[in-house]
Amino acid sequence: MTTVESYAKVTHLETPRGLIGGAPIAHDAAEAERKYRREPGFPVPLLIAPATLWLVIFLFLPLISIFVFSFWKSTGHGMTPAFTLEHYQAFFASEGFFDPSKPDFLTPSVFIRTLWSTFRFTITVMAICLALAYPLAYFLSMQVENFKWQLTLFLLAMVPFWTSYLIRAVAWLPMLGRHGLINEFLVSFGIVEEPVSFFLYSEFSYTMALVQLYVVLAVGPIFFSLAKIDRTLLEAARDMGATPFQIFREIIAPLSLPGVAIGMIFIFVMVMGEFATAVVVYGGKSSTTGTVILNYYAIANYPFAAVNAFMLMVAMMIGVVIILRLVDIRKEL
Amino acid sequence: MARWTPERRRKARVKAGFSVYYAVFLLFVYGPMFAMFTLSFQGPRGGVSFPMRGLSFYWWEKLTGPSAVGDLKSSLVRSLILAIIVMVITALFSTMLAMAYRKRFRGSGFLFYAVMAGLMVPGVLLSLGLASLLRVLGIPPAWWYSGLGVHVVWTLPFGFLVMMAVFNRFDARLEEAARDMGADEWTVFREVTLPLITPGIVAAGLFGFTLSYDEFARTTLLAGAQNTLPLDINASLTQRVQPTLFALGTASTLFSLLMIGLFIVIYTILYRRSR
Repeated sequence: MTTVESYAKVTHLETPRGLIGGAPIAHDAAEAERKYRREPGFPVPLLIAPATLWLVIFLFLPLISIFVFSFWKSTGHGMTPAFTLEHYQAFFASEGFFDPSKPDFLTPSVFIRTLWSTFRFTITVMAICLALAYPLAYFLSMQVENFKWQLTLFLLAMVPFWTSYLIRAVAWLPMLGRHGLINEFLVSFGIVEEPVSFFLYSEFSYTMALVQLYVVLAVGPIFFSLAKIDRTLLEAARDMGATPFQIFREIIAPLSLPGVAIGMIFIFVMVMGEFATAVVVYGGKSSTTGTVILNYYAIANYPFAAVNAFMLMVAMMIGVVIILRLVDIRKEL
Repeated sequence: MARWTPERRRKARVKAGFSVYYAVFLLFVYGPMFAMFTLSFQGPRGGVSFPMRGLSFYWWEKLTGPSAVGDLKSSLVRSLILAIIVMVITALFSTMLAMAYRKRFRGSGFLFYAVMAGLMVPGVLLSLGLASLLRVLGIPPAWWYSGLGVHVVWTLPFGFLVMMAVFNRFDARLEEAARDMGADEWTVFREVTLPLITPGIVAAGLFGFTLSYDEFARTTLLAGAQNTLPLDINASLTQRVQPTLFALGTASTLFSLLMIGLFIVIYTILYRRSR
């Protein structure tokens, strides 16, 4: 109990009483209570106002704009206020969707297929990131006992997060090309006879680069949730004869799930919205929904860019809700 | 000397296995950067991949020379100014927000998720939304306000989480003692709270600075006529890739590492002093 709280309690006991009976004068009692209960520190509205205003202007307004503009009419070089669903129809249905005589009858449009492939691809990247990050976080939190070493090794693994991700994507070029390091290595060890060309500008290079760019985002949260596990639990389980595998399955894995979920949400939203890496290591050969959005912005079809963006947002929300349904992360926050 | 029981031996083997894995992981994360670093010293006739054709500073000189990729110097200055403003605002806002969260208030749950949303909303969406909105309003975007706006949205959740953690371990009795002795709110904050939370503010600032300095996706459509450094780097990617780009990448990475090191040193000093 804080000093102020105990003070308020004392005054509450000695609330002024009515002239005749012993009933407290409710109005005054409440007044006194409020007066003394005024919490110390700066007033909350003052503290939250600037950040709230900032978020309204630079986060909520842009997102609402996307939704609103997705119904506007495109004029070729701009847009005018309207309510049309034509962009949504173009997003979902290909041109001959409603015409049985066309070959693309009832086939979904290229845009929804792009969103679907972006989604599928994101799941792949998430799975690889999890497989790489979990053992690393486990090693750092469970195997390294000295705190200083733990912190140093953790920071060393996390530092790339604070460096330019464009440049880290660029750095893959000398590794993956036809004369890249990986090919040189494979040829000189006789694993392949000719340099392999599928390393660069392929799904392979794109996956590699994205995993390397985003894997640290999973290491952090998993590490923190593992480090929080009460070590006496593990000891107790060991004393009762649990095998290391049992300890992992029964204690460590369930307790680290919230960290896994947070890491996976991070990677999910980042890779879903990805567009720059695709150009660098994929040579723009294939597109993600992110590149589609920017392409339509570039040709000034803002409503259609907005539709793609809105559908991306919907897909992301569905994904995040699924992850949150599977794992309760509230304990972690 | 402890004896090597089978149990201990097994544990040591497991640990060794994990250590090797850690090393491989570092190689995966840092390897490409080292390749880029090495290739930036490529000879004048060398290309963007191995083998090295001699060693030279040719591409570094080209980078600093007058006909460099775009107008790098001024975009670097812009990126630095932007990063510093973002750093200050991030540190300020996240401290204020975390101080508000020491009490209960209405809408605190909603505001929490609103701040966290900055982390979840991809840059391309913010870029598109704000850029189209500004277009409708007829205001041209510029790095120093629209770019700044979305950068802070991105860095604020990191700073906020840091400051929340700081206040979680904060001993409020120190402030009460000062209040009981008659100090007003400002004095309490200046003399008691601030010195204790300064390391946290520095850490929040680190997120603000480095994340803004490297940010690309959020600035794509919002920098206006003048580019920030990541935008210039991206523009140079559409041209033929030359080792100049590797020199630029190496320089930028070294700068980022230097900043991180600087922040860690400042943090350690302040942290020791605040004990």
